[in-house]
Amino acid sequence: MPGTIKDKVAIIGMGCTQFGELWDKDVDDLIIEATYEALEDAGVEIKDIEAAWFGTMASGVTGAALAAPLKLNYIPVTHVENACGTGAETLRGPAFAIAAGVYDICLSVGVEKMKDTGYGGLHTLRLQSDKWHPIYVGGGTGPGRYALAATRYFSKYGLSPEEGKRMLAKISVKSHHNGARNPKAHLRIEVTEEQVINAPMIAWPLGLYDCCGVTDGASAAVLCRADMAKNFRDDYITIKGSGISVGPSWGKQKEDYDYTFWPETEAACKQAYEMAGIKNPRKELDMAELHDCFSIAEAIATESAGISERGRVKEDVDAGVFTQEGEIPINISGGLKSFGHPIGASGGREVYEFYKQFQGKAEDPSRQLKNVRLGLAHNQGGHPGRFQCGVTIIGAP
Amino acid sequence: MEGIISYGAHIPIYRLSREILNQVWGGRGKGEKAIANVDEDSMTMGVEAARNCLKGIEKSSVDALYFASTTPPFKEKQSASIMAAALDLREDIIAVDLTDSLRSGTIALRMALDAVKAGSAKKVLVVASDCRIPPPNSALEPLFGDGAAAFLIGEGGIAVEIEGSYYLTSEFVDMWRMEYDKTTRSWEDRFIRDEGYIPHFQKAVSALLKAHNLSAKDFAKAAFYAPDARLHSDMAKRLGLDAKTQVQNPLFDQLGNTGTAFAPMILVGALEEAKPGDRILLANYGDGADAHVLRVTEGIEKIKDRRGIKKNLESKLMLDNYGKYIKFRSLMQFAETTDYRPRTSLPQLWRDRQWVFRFHGHKCKKCGKTQFPMQQFCMYCQAPEEFLEEIPLSDRKGTLFTFSMDERAPVVDPPNVLGVVNLEGGGRFFSQMTDRDVNNIKVGMPMEVTFRRIHDALGVHNYFWKCKPVRE
Repeated sequence: MPGTIKDKVAIIGMGCTQFGELWDKDVDDLIIEATYEALEDAGVEIKDIEAAWFGTMASGVTGAALAAPLKLNYIPVTHVENACGTGAETLRGPAFAIAAGVYDICLSVGVEKMKDTGYGGLHTLRLQSDKWHPIYVGGGTGPGRYALAATRYFSKYGLSPEEGKRMLAKISVKSHHNGARNPKAHLRIEVTEEQVINAPMIAWPLGLYDCCGVTDGASAAVLCRADMAKNFRDDYITIKGSGISVGPSWGKQKEDYDYTFWPETEAACKQAYEMAGIKNPRKELDMAELHDCFSIAEAIATESAGISERGRVKEDVDAGVFTQEGEIPINISGGLKSFGHPIGASGGREVYEFYKQFQGKAEDPSRQLKNVRLGLAHNQGGHPGRFQCGVTIIGAP
Repeated sequence: MEGIISYGAHIPIYRLSREILNQVWGGRGKGEKAIANVDEDSMTMGVEAARNCLKGIEKSSVDALYFASTTPPFKEKQSASIMAAALDLREDIIAVDLTDSLRSGTIALRMALDAVKAGSAKKVLVVASDCRIPPPNSALEPLFGDGAAAFLIGEGGIAVEIEGSYYLTSEFVDMWRMEYDKTTRSWEDRFIRDEGYIPHFQKAVSALLKAHNLSAKDFAKAAFYAPDARLHSDMAKRLGLDAKTQVQNPLFDQLGNTGTAFAPMILVGALEEAKPGDRILLANYGDGADAHVLRVTEGIEKIKDRRGIKKNLESKLMLDNYGKYIKFRSLMQFAETTDYRPRTSLPQLWRDRQWVFRFHGHKCKKCGKTQFPMQQFCMYCQAPEEFLEEIPLSDRKGTLFTFSMDERAPVVDPPNVLGVVNLEGGGRFFSQMTDRDVNNIKVGMPMEVTFRRIHDALGVHNYFWKCKPVRE
C-alpha cells in the first residue's frame, strides 16, 4: 500500500535565476545565485543543509558539480537525472528523505547551461537515440519527435492542419502573454496567433513559436520537516503529492501506442492525485504549470493530467479556460515556452511559480492570481513513447 | 538448362535535369539523369535491385553473390558481404566484389554461369551497380547517371538462356580513377571513339555473330553499351541494326550512363518487353568488350511483375537545384557544424546485426505480437527471450501512422522526416523517411522499407533501414 508524503515536507525558501542566454554566467554562477536566493529567503545558512540533491542533464556529473561551487563539506550530495524531467526528481529526493525522518533540512538545486555549446538547439550530447544507438534512429530531435504527436493528434481528431495549428497557436499566445510580464522569463514578448501560425517551420507541424527557447538558468529550494516550517516563516508551502512514471519506453515501436495521450503523465498524475487526495483535478486545482516544451506538449498534458477530456482540449482552449482569468490558469509563469527551459532547472522553476503565487508575491502584480492554494507541476523528460514524467502537487499548508 | 532466372533493377528516385546544369555551367544539354539520393551508394542501390530481382524467390536458395561496381563504397572492406546480410542471404555462401571495370557486370554473368555449370552453386545472384561522380563542369557531368541491375543465374526454370558469349580483354586506357580520385578522368573523346569503343566493340560482336552463325537481323532487340547517345546510334548503324525496331532504348536522356550497371540495366529494359522466343544481343565495353546471344524463354512471363526499369523510371522526384546535388555527393567544403557529431560503435552494430542489417524482428510466441527492433523481453507481455521468435520483416509493406518533418535536424537534406509505420502482419517501424516528396506525405499512405547509408561517423559508412513511400 503506497503511503503519502502529503503535508510532511515544507518548502521554506526558493530561488530562481534570471532565465535567458546568460553569456556572462557559468554553471557555478547559476548554482550559487539560485541557492543563495533560496537560503536567504529561508533564513538558513549553507552549514544548516544536511543533504543536497543536484539535478542536471548535461551541465555536470556527480554530486561534486554542486559541492564544488557551494563548498559543501562532506554532506551527502546526490546527482539525479531524468532528462527534461530532472527537476521533479531533484525535489522528490529530499522530500522523501525528510518524510522518512532522516534529515530536517535539505537543499534541492537544478541547473542547465545550454548556451555554451555553439549552436541553437538542445544538447546533442545525448541525442535521444533509442538505446543510445549509433544508427537507430538518426537525426532524432525534440521537435521532430514531439511533432509526431501533433500530426497524429490532428489526424485522430479530424483537425485540418490549419485548425490544428490555430489551436496550438492559441496556447503559445497565452503563454507568451503570461511570460511577457514575468521579469525573470527568457522570452518576454507578446505574440499574435498569426505570428505563431506563420512563423518559420521547425518540425512540421510545429513552427518557431510552438517550441520553447534554449535557455540558461537554475532554480533552488530549501526543504524542511513540515512541523518545523513555522520556525522559518508563516507563508511556507507544502508538498501534497509526488509521482514519477517512467514508461517501458517502446511506445514509438508498439502498435498499440497512440501518441495522442501520454501514459506516463497519466500514471504520474494518478500517483500524485492519490497522495494529495485529489479526485477531480479540474475542479480542485487552482493552477497548473505543465511541461510545455512544445505547444502540443501542453495540449496533450492538459488532457493526460485529467484537466480536459481526451480529444477535447481544443474546446477548452477556445473557451479561454487556461488563461489568467480562466477557470484554471495554466503556465501563468509563461511556461517553458516563454519563461525558458534550462533542462535541470525547469521542474524546480515550476514550483517556484506556485511558491510566489501562493505567497502573493508574483513578480509584476498584473500576473498575481487570487485565492490560489493548490497547484500541479508537471515536468517531463524524453519524448512521446519514451517519457520520464514527474508530477508534484504543491499547496498552501 | 542454365541462364537467367530473374532480373531486377533500381533507379534512384531523384532526377537532375540537364537544364539545371546548363544554368550553372552553360551548355545545351537536354533531358535528365538519375541521381542517387544522399543516403544511397552503389551498394545500397544494388541491394534494392537485388530485392527486386528476388521477389517471390526463396532467399536461402542463393549460393553466391557477385557484386560488380567501379564505385564500391569501401576501398578496403567488401561490399558484397554487407549486401548479402541486407538481402538476408545464407551465411555459407561465396560473396565477392568485382571492381574497376565497366564490364565487371557482364564478366560476373559469365562467372556465375560457369559456377552453375560446374555445380559449385545452384543459384548465383549477380548485381551491377554504379554511382560514379563526374568532375563538375566536365563533359562527363551531364552524361553520368546512377542505377543498378540484378540477375539471378541458375539452372532450371530460366527466363533467359545465354546461348553464347565472346569476351575480349584489352589494356586500352580511356577512363580511369587514380587511387586518390573522387571523380572519373578520361582521355580525349575522339581517341576513345576511334581506337577504343568502335574497334573493340565491333570486334567482339563480329566474333560472337560469326561463332554462332548469326547476323544482326536475327535479333529482336540489342541492349548494348555506348559512352554516349551519339556513339550508341552510330554503333547501331555499324552493326546493321534497325534503329526503330531492334535497338533497346539506351535511356541517355532519362537515366544517363550508369557505368557498370548500364548495359545490364538496358538488358532489363529489353527483357521487360521481351516475348518468349526473342533473341537478344547484349554487348558491353570497357577494358575490352564482350557480347552475348540471349534467348528468351516462356519463363519470362512469370517475372513481369518486377519494378525493373519502366516502373522505376516513371516514379521520380526532380532535384530542383545544383547545390543540393553538390551536397548529396559532398563536392564542396561546407562550414563545420558544432552541433552534430554522429557516433558509431562497431561492436554495438555487430551485436545488433540481425536487426541492423537483416531487419529481423521478434514475434512473441506468448502474445503473438511482432516487434522491431529485437528485444530481450516482449514489448507487450514481457515474456522472456525464449518466447521471442526471430522473423524477417524487410518484405513487409505498411501504412504511415504518423510523421514529422524536422527542418533543423542535423541532416544533409532537410527536413529530416520521421515516420512511424505499422507493418502488414504486425510490427511497427519507427525510422527516418527517405525518397519522399515533402509536399505529399499523408497519414495512412502505403510504405515500405529500404536499406540506406545513415552516416559516415568515425570514418566508416554506417547502414540501416529507413521507411519510404511505396514507389509502385
